[in-house]
Amino acid sequence: MTLGESGLAVHRYGERAFLVDCANSAVDDALNWLAAIDAYDASRQLQSRPGASTVLVQFDPATTDADELERALEQLAPIAYDQPTTQSVIYVPVVYDGDDLSDVASIAGLSAEEVIAAHTRATYTVAFVGFSPGFAYLRGLNPRLVVSRLASPRQRVPPGAVAIADQWAGIYPRPSPGGWRLLGHTSLKVWDEQREGSALLSPGTKVRFVDASSDAADA
Amino acid sequence: MPNALEVISPGLLSLIEDLGRVGFGRQGVGRSGAFDRASHRQAQQLVGNDDAAAGIEVLLGGVSFRLTSDAAVATTGARVELNINGQTITQDRAHVVRAGQVVSLGRCTNGLRSYVAVAGGLDVDATLASRSTDLLSELGPPALKAGDRIPIGIPGIAPNFEWSQGGGTHVPSHIDRRAKSHDPCTLRVIVGPRDDWFRFGALTEFLDGLYVVDPASNRIAVRLRGPEISRTEYRELPSEPTIPGAIQIPPNGLPLIFGPDAPVTGGYPVIAVVVDDDLDLLAQCRPGQAIRFEPLS
Repeated sequence: MTLGESGLAVHRYGERAFLVDCANSAVDDALNWLAAIDAYDASRQLQSRPGASTVLVQFDPATTDADELERALEQLAPIAYDQPTTQSVIYVPVVYDGDDLSDVASIAGLSAEEVIAAHTRATYTVAFVGFSPGFAYLRGLNPRLVVSRLASPRQRVPPGAVAIADQWAGIYPRPSPGGWRLLGHTSLKVWDEQREGSALLSPGTKVRFVDASSDAADA
Repeated sequence: MPNALEVISPGLLSLIEDLGRVGFGRQGVGRSGAFDRASHRQAQQLVGNDDAAAGIEVLLGGVSFRLTSDAAVATTGARVELNINGQTITQDRAHVVRAGQVVSLGRCTNGLRSYVAVAGGLDVDATLASRSTDLLSELGPPALKAGDRIPIGIPGIAPNFEWSQGGGTHVPSHIDRRAKSHDPCTLRVIVGPRDDWFRFGALTEFLDGLYVVDPASNRIAVRLRGPEISRTEYRELPSEPTIPGAIQIPPNGLPLIFGPDAPVTGGYPVIAVVVDDDLDLLAQCRPGQAIRFEPLS
């Protein structure tokens, strides 16, 4: 492991990758470092993708010199990724009928209405996509809504389930097992493998939830 | 009418695989593709296909199929009792299979995964630029079943027919090159990135340890039994990107090695990463196979 000037740790990750860890850096949002890596890698020779506070940088040893890449990563300077003028926001309509809504409310010491208000008032950013294709980890959850995962995960969570766990918000793209707490559901398709850009939400995307419960009641 | 492969018996698990999906990591999609890529490439090259053509990954033999038109066929990887219409033939060579003849991969005698290539490649629809089945993400075609008709593409360059006549040089598979199957399989690893999450001496125990492949292993992860590696850091690791070959240490201390269908992120510390080429060896390790690790600097 080597430490860059900025407190960034660059770890070797096998023979064809480095893991850039910004957890102990002054700029601890991995998206700023992903933006810096993308700027360095303008011709997209590398495969880079973020985690919660890391970026994995994969390279082909036939075309990229590992030592040179490592030095470049150590010397990275973070780049702001969220220029408000260029960022569009994806609005996600939510019917707040989730099985865990009342539990979340009682754990948080709030009413269900207050949980919905807190969930819809925040603007979220996709930090990374993991767990399953198109499953975006959304940063920006109101701290009052930080609740632990379910002690025993559900066997099947339906696609479109809108959920929270720890400091994250998310939307289940496809039916899967899951331990996040369900607040509601959306009809928005966040994953469609037949669509160009199969995952609607990718790192850096801004997201807001909109209460569509009354629309559903009217329908 | 285009050629097709008709599945008579799919065996335990037969999957369509190519070299996998590259470039979809930010969407949460992993590499997938053939587990033993050297054997996949070898099979495709023998029948004159591009390396990226799709073939069949067969788990422990027991597969039979026929073609609707003549085509060159090769099988590589795990050793099986191979025959065409009852006639024993050699692996690692291209053979001309006539329409209607039954190709059978019988008992598997060494290794775990065999690779079948047909000239022209299996021409199923691609999902995210690959025809590979990803068992974790449920992308790509379902596992083969009896009665399936898999379309075959138009062969590009002529297959290397000198192989099919039984002439030419036999290209040895890495299965043959390896020592006896009861000898430990040595996987080269690069230590880290999270080797500092374990107590002093744990890394040495891991590198000196003799592990055995657990039966609960698959294309997502190969689980190992052996010395338990204890951590010093018990906080949760923020989810970080992972790749095939990453060796995670979950709370029970027993290492698991990510395979081609592994998740793209993980929350357990990775003590070391297997060298890419050695995943081909791992792909051939049966439950019970002994494994040890050799660090590369």
